Amino acid sequence: MSVLLNVCIVTLEEGLMYAILALGLYITYSILDFPDLSVDGTFPLGAILTGILIMNGVNPWLCLILTFAAGMLAGTVTGLLHVKLKIRPLLCGILIYTACLSVNLVILYKGTGGKAIATFFNKGTIFNTAFSALIPENIGGYYLRTTIVSLVLVIICKILLDLYLKTKSGLLLRATGNNEKFVTMLGQDNGLSKILGLAIGNGFAALSGSVIAQSKGSADQQMGVGMVVLGLASVIIGLSVFKRVRFMKATTMVILGSIVYKGCLSVALALGLPTEYLKLLMAVIFTLALVFSNSFGKGKREAGKC
Amino acid sequence: MLELNNIVKTFNAGTVDENKLFSDFTFHVNSDDFISVVGSNGSGKTTMLNLVCGTMSPDLGSVIFDGKDISDISEYKRAKFIGRVLQDPKMGTCGNLTILENMALSDNKNKPFGLTPIINKKRIDHYKSLLEQCGMGLENRMGVKVGSLSGGQRQALALIIATMTNIRLLVLDEHTAALDPKSSETLMQITDKIVKEKHLTTLMVTHNLRFAVEYGNRLVMMHSGNAVMDISGEEKANTQIDDILGKFNEISIEVGN
Repeated sequence: MSVLLNVCIVTLEEGLMYAILALGLYITYSILDFPDLSVDGTFPLGAILTGILIMNGVNPWLCLILTFAAGMLAGTVTGLLHVKLKIRPLLCGILIYTACLSVNLVILYKGTGGKAIATFFNKGTIFNTAFSALIPENIGGYYLRTTIVSLVLVIICKILLDLYLKTKSGLLLRATGNNEKFVTMLGQDNGLSKILGLAIGNGFAALSGSVIAQSKGSADQQMGVGMVVLGLASVIIGLSVFKRVRFMKATTMVILGSIVYKGCLSVALALGLPTEYLKLLMAVIFTLALVFSNSFGKGKREAGKC
Repeated sequence: MLELNNIVKTFNAGTVDENKLFSDFTFHVNSDDFISVVGSNGSGKTTMLNLVCGTMSPDLGSVIFDGKDISDISEYKRAKFIGRVLQDPKMGTCGNLTILENMALSDNKNKPFGLTPIINKKRIDHYKSLLEQCGMGLENRMGVKVGSLSGGQRQALALIIATMTNIRLLVLDEHTAALDPKSSETLMQITDKIVKEKHLTTLMVTHNLRFAVEYGNRLVMMHSGNAVMDISGEEKANTQIDDILGKFNEISIEVGN
């Protein structure tokens, strides 16, 4: 029983950490209607940057802000490629992803003196400093501290994002994804709005990378593989599974989607699926989510469009 | 107030499909004009509006607004003083947003879109009073997503939204064309009411000859990039649909249709 509960806790914990990434993809994919592949590069950017910064004694909480800013910067470049150079969304993502692979390695090699992984097991992270240190490590025999910290972080991100979407700038972002012409007729440059959306989306992706690196105590390039699929699957599962729930905000749906998605993977692994099949399973679940949302949510662009 | 001077515009230049639409087109709009523009497909009506709004720029020639050359000013910057309603009811509003959100966005036109809340509760009564003049009951459905409205309702909302801020020029690009006869009639009446109340200078392209005759103070017929008919005032008031149809047929015979 306790083994099962432990699996549940780990699933919940990971689901919450990746939910931050899913919120980022919710902005780019669902609100802005921009399939942004650059997160495969900006997610490890956040992780690696955090690793190097913490190794050099930077406050782990400050790292969250710095990585968010770094992600925003990368997202801004994606946006500039699309808006100013008129490159298609998919290609912009691929270009930035590819460029990030090098940028990440440069940061990693410079920071570690040539190693392919940044490790900081013995350093303070967001999970054991400041207010986190006040949470007892063991609650009823279960290690819940990471889950609680992740939950608090996700809730903060969600509330901030919800608040932002209610501001003038936020609503303009939603309008941009819905009807560019309308934004033009409002006398606003829809290009600027797109760049801003991509910046925030990638900021969340990098932030998620930072949180996950801090929970692991290490960071490397490999962490970014499959992040687009993971994030998009969370968004689509969340929006299609919970769309009939009244008064539930889309951001909540996306967070729950991330937990459900991680849950599916955990169940499969617990049933004895060899880990090498994990990415294949990720793709299969994603496919099922797309089919599911297509057949049950016809005409709903928020759900199954790809 | 608005001048299109010696406009030259060629489409697909340098290809076999090259089409020189405007070779030397000059057209002036006076303050408080309500102009109906008619003409067959491909005669240059919509292109003229696109040149005015900045969706396209002319190859040669200039677009002058209030004595200022705006030929090189981008579309979104011109939108600050031009209100526009397009043929497709989906284009003038955001289907995923509610009526209230659509109106609040438009209410903020020409102001910065910063980090303050978009919905100002004090303005809601004002929005409702604007919607009331449509007589469609939209004022009681502020929280409804615009995507679930009918084409006629959506287009009426688009018109209200386009005219709710201080614009200098209203551009209507076949804005009744996608609607059923009853809805287009209603929309045309609302349009006329708003134009008269706000003294808006209006440029309306339409395929509905009756609207062109009944509304506005000036009527222009376009053909192959030229204004082949331009009547106003008394002369316009005495013109019947048959006169315009006659002119249409005359042109068609010339072209050989």
